[in-house]
Amino acid sequence: METYELLSAVLLAAGSFLLLSGGIGVLRFPDVYSRMHAAGITDTLGACLILLALMLLAGFSLVLLKLMMILAFLLITGPTSSHALGKAAWKAGVKPLTGKSLQR
Amino acid sequence: MLIATAIGIAVNRDLLSVVMLSSIYGLLSANFFVTMDAVDVAFTEAAVGAGISPLLMFTTMAIVGRYEKLPHRWSLSALVLVSITGALLLVATMDMPAFGAPDAPAQQHVAPRYIEQSGQEVGIPNIVTSVLATYRGFDTFGEVTVIFTAGVGVLSLLMVGDRATKPLSSHLLKASQHKILRIVSKVLIAPILLFALYVQFHGDYGPGGGFQSGVIFAAAIIVYTMLFGLDSARQVIDQAWVRVMAAVGVLLYGAVGVVSMVNGGNFLDYDVLAKDPLHGQHYGIIVIELGVGITVAAVMVLIYFSFAGRLVDRGHQDD
Amino acid sequence: MTDMLLTHYNYWVVMVLMMIGFYIVIAQGNLVKKLVGLNIFQTSVFILYISAGKVSGGSAPILDDAISVYSNPLPHVLILTAIVVGIATTALGLALIIRLREAYGSAEEKDIQEQNQC
Repeated sequence: METYELLSAVLLAAGSFLLLSGGIGVLRFPDVYSRMHAAGITDTLGACLILLALMLLAGFSLVLLKLMMILAFLLITGPTSSHALGKAAWKAGVKPLTGKSLQR
Repeated sequence: MLIATAIGIAVNRDLLSVVMLSSIYGLLSANFFVTMDAVDVAFTEAAVGAGISPLLMFTTMAIVGRYEKLPHRWSLSALVLVSITGALLLVATMDMPAFGAPDAPAQQHVAPRYIEQSGQEVGIPNIVTSVLATYRGFDTFGEVTVIFTAGVGVLSLLMVGDRATKPLSSHLLKASQHKILRIVSKVLIAPILLFALYVQFHGDYGPGGGFQSGVIFAAAIIVYTMLFGLDSARQVIDQAWVRVMAAVGVLLYGAVGVVSMVNGGNFLDYDVLAKDPLHGQHYGIIVIELGVGITVAAVMVLIYFSFAGRLVDRGHQDD
Repeated sequence: MTDMLLTHYNYWVVMVLMMIGFYIVIAQGNLVKKLVGLNIFQTSVFILYISAGKVSGGSAPILDDAISVYSNPLPHVLILTAIVVGIATTALGLALIIRLREAYGSAEEKDIQEQNQC
């Protein structure tokens, strides 16, 4: 149906844009924690949007079930891995960039 | 992109980024394999090259040291040698058939026979599994034996000597402060094991099979070991049992071959395993895939246990 | 010439990757990095085989009534075996590196050679 395809195209475009902006954010942000902010949120949401778009295209079939399972798995593991990264950075002694260190 | 990643690996001095880049390299190759319609291969490469391989490298790095010690000097003679070899190889590829041509010699002779006849002779949709398990069953037997031998080799290297029996300082291996990771992993381990079983038995109908499921199974156990400590993992899965299971897989494979011989056929000839050849093929394939999965899972777990057992308290040295 | 480039570019990419892996193996001093280079080399060979097995317009080799052209399944089988053997050798190599580190105190090729000659 036309509306399904249009909606999934919009979702795909939104997901790709999120992933791209996440990548740019990782390159441009100044320290570890803000980079993780950029990467973690946008990666998880971008991947979920792309999966939703694929689910719309798949219709009611076995593929839909598999895509739903992948979505659930990503929703659980995405934020967890960001948390693990943050904890590792904190344990290693990396201090976040605060306003004081930016003022010269 | 693959080339950029490879150059990044060559230039980097920090082993951590080298390992992450190699994991990305594995993932990119898996993507490439999918575009080449090689779904089984992509599955295995993603599991192995982007999962187990960087994991083992990280464990090694934790023992060996994170940075490359000497400054990176570009070796001129090596570059010259590499360029000459590269140029010769490029000249050699001039004669090769074009990319994707349907009339290339690789596509004639044997492959059409497999594609056309495997439906009637073996009867399972996944041609790669049928070729792997039936038509080239001997090679797969050899492969299982190679994995088993690698496990034995790692055991003999890392589990001997006084290092193996000294108890490890417990703060290295326990991760009791990581509450979120522990809870999430408790939720995730059961579905991962279930998925491994699904991949194992579904290998006939879609991408999958013994190797991939063995690796996924081992990954679930390794996650448990990383978060709950080597000691509790050893209590849950007795190490002697794992060694026995590694051997059991190989024996299962060989046993199928021997049973075929006992029933009157050749070694690893599945036609004689049941009343009619088609069922015989199905039984044979399921049993040997099971054997492969068991051995791969057991060997991967053994290798990780051996590596983790060697973790040394490097404190804050940064060599 | 450009026609040759367009049809054979997959081989060229493989050759470049193979040479990078080769260079890492022979020119780098750190043992772990050498092993990673070997891994790159192996993977480039896989890419060579799989790209040689692709048929344009084909699909994955899983039998389905709706599809008539399949990609060649034979390279897939060979490469599947090769990937698993590759990780077996990598694991063994890493175990060797760990033991070398404990015996010689460093994971650099030069240090180990110097200590061997003394």
